[in-house]
Amino acid sequence: MLPRFWRKIKYRYDLVGSYCENCGRSFYPPRNVCPNCRRKSNIREIRFGDCGKVISYSVVHDSENTRMRKPYIVAMIKLDDGPVITSQLVCSPDEVQTGMRVRKVFRKYGEEGESGIIYYGTKFVPADSE
Amino acid sequence: MRRVAIIGVGQSHFGELWDLSFRDIFLSAGVEALEDSGLEGKEIEAMFVGNMSSGRYLAQEHIAALIADYAGLAELNVPATRVEGADASGGLALRQAFMAVASGMHDIVIAAGVEKVTDVGSDAAMDILSSSADREWEWFVGANLPSLYAMMARMHMEKFGTGSEDLAGISIKNHRNATLNPKAQFRREISMDVALNSPFVAEPLRLFDCSPISDGAAAVILADETTAKEYTDKLVYLAACSQASDYLSLQNRTDPITMSAVVQASKIAYRQANVSPDEIDIAEIHDSFTIAELIAYEDLGFVEKGKGKEMVREGRTEISGELPVNTSGGLKACGHAIGATGIRQAVEIALQLRGDAGKRQVEAEKGLALNIGGTGATAVVSIFEVA
Repeated sequence: MLPRFWRKIKYRYDLVGSYCENCGRSFYPPRNVCPNCRRKSNIREIRFGDCGKVISYSVVHDSENTRMRKPYIVAMIKLDDGPVITSQLVCSPDEVQTGMRVRKVFRKYGEEGESGIIYYGTKFVPADSE
Repeated sequence: MRRVAIIGVGQSHFGELWDLSFRDIFLSAGVEALEDSGLEGKEIEAMFVGNMSSGRYLAQEHIAALIADYAGLAELNVPATRVEGADASGGLALRQAFMAVASGMHDIVIAAGVEKVTDVGSDAAMDILSSSADREWEWFVGANLPSLYAMMARMHMEKFGTGSEDLAGISIKNHRNATLNPKAQFRREISMDVALNSPFVAEPLRLFDCSPISDGAAAVILADETTAKEYTDKLVYLAACSQASDYLSLQNRTDPITMSAVVQASKIAYRQANVSPDEIDIAEIHDSFTIAELIAYEDLGFVEKGKGKEMVREGRTEISGELPVNTSGGLKACGHAIGATGIRQAVEIALQLRGDAGKRQVEAEKGLALNIGGTGATAVVSIFEVA
């Protein structure tokens, strides 16, 4: 699994996606073909801004994902200048609500045991937090 | 295209079948379908098998040939093909068989589905089912299948006023129906109190909003109309079997609470079968999570977008209602044997239309089945009718 993770580090560690110069639509994760323009796609890489708002979320209590400590919060976030991204929120379950403004941070997602790879990636915190 | 009819159906028990192997399970369904049809076996010209993940559940691939082999068809060299579309694999197998018969390529074809999940632990079983979502960009951040459906549920609740009681109502109905189905996994009723006080899996979804992951198999035998009449006078026609796809990830969909694949597949199926949604008498709907059944009421055109909750509140989809949904118990209570589910739904509709559904029998002439893969990136809609 290491190369599978490693080769996408650029997009996981930061909000780097792509957009289509032909129609202006943006994508995260990046796409090589625009679903609007298909053969006429003109894809360029782009770094999105740090902020967005929560459009839905779930506090997960039971998950087969053994890397994650429960409960954790997954959310769909509409980036201010980009598409919707699925990520985790770093805050208390009591704090979170739909429409909440959030900002991206660099955080750990887990590790493969004591000697394996450490997974880092992008998470979000409430926009007004330190 | 030729008219296609169902001439035999079979289903194993669904559940935790500890004492039965993969081979035992599919054989029990296949033999039942053969006996039901009156076929000897050598008449079968082709076989399609729906299965999501035998490679990860059993470390066994190449299972279509294995199944044909253990079904006694090896020396007949019957071509057998496995198809995969997550938990819509069964629906895909049905559609492959439908096309094979409708096109005139084959006269008698078996469509089967099978999954054996309990040889791995329950976390591993859920992990494998969650691989129907985007592994790298959803599951990686902890968005497994229940949490993705949970985010759909929250959006539906906040936009349309759907309540936890409405979702629980679907679970209660499906459990009640399952008490009438001898092959169902959970044959006991649950109360609103029990459903609403069960632990959260992924808020706002609770334990009783989630279907189990089950062992099981099902099989149907399809034939062209002329051939079918040689074997049965209780013909059930498969009038349409349509399929559509959508973005794999929820985050990419314009409206995450409309399943475009369901909308599209059902539009095509209604047109092909020349029926409208209000002519459907009975339906089996993919309730991997209660919210999926509620959204499907809307996306199949039974009710306007946002009004799925009214179907529940008015009892319209109860077994005694105007449109009974999941008389089998659905995925929630009959069980969800992933790759088998799409075929299991077809078995239920065929039994109902033939009048062979026992204690759960309803009056019906036209039936519909909806089989969904993952969070809706694959949908198969089938329409069945007598006469």
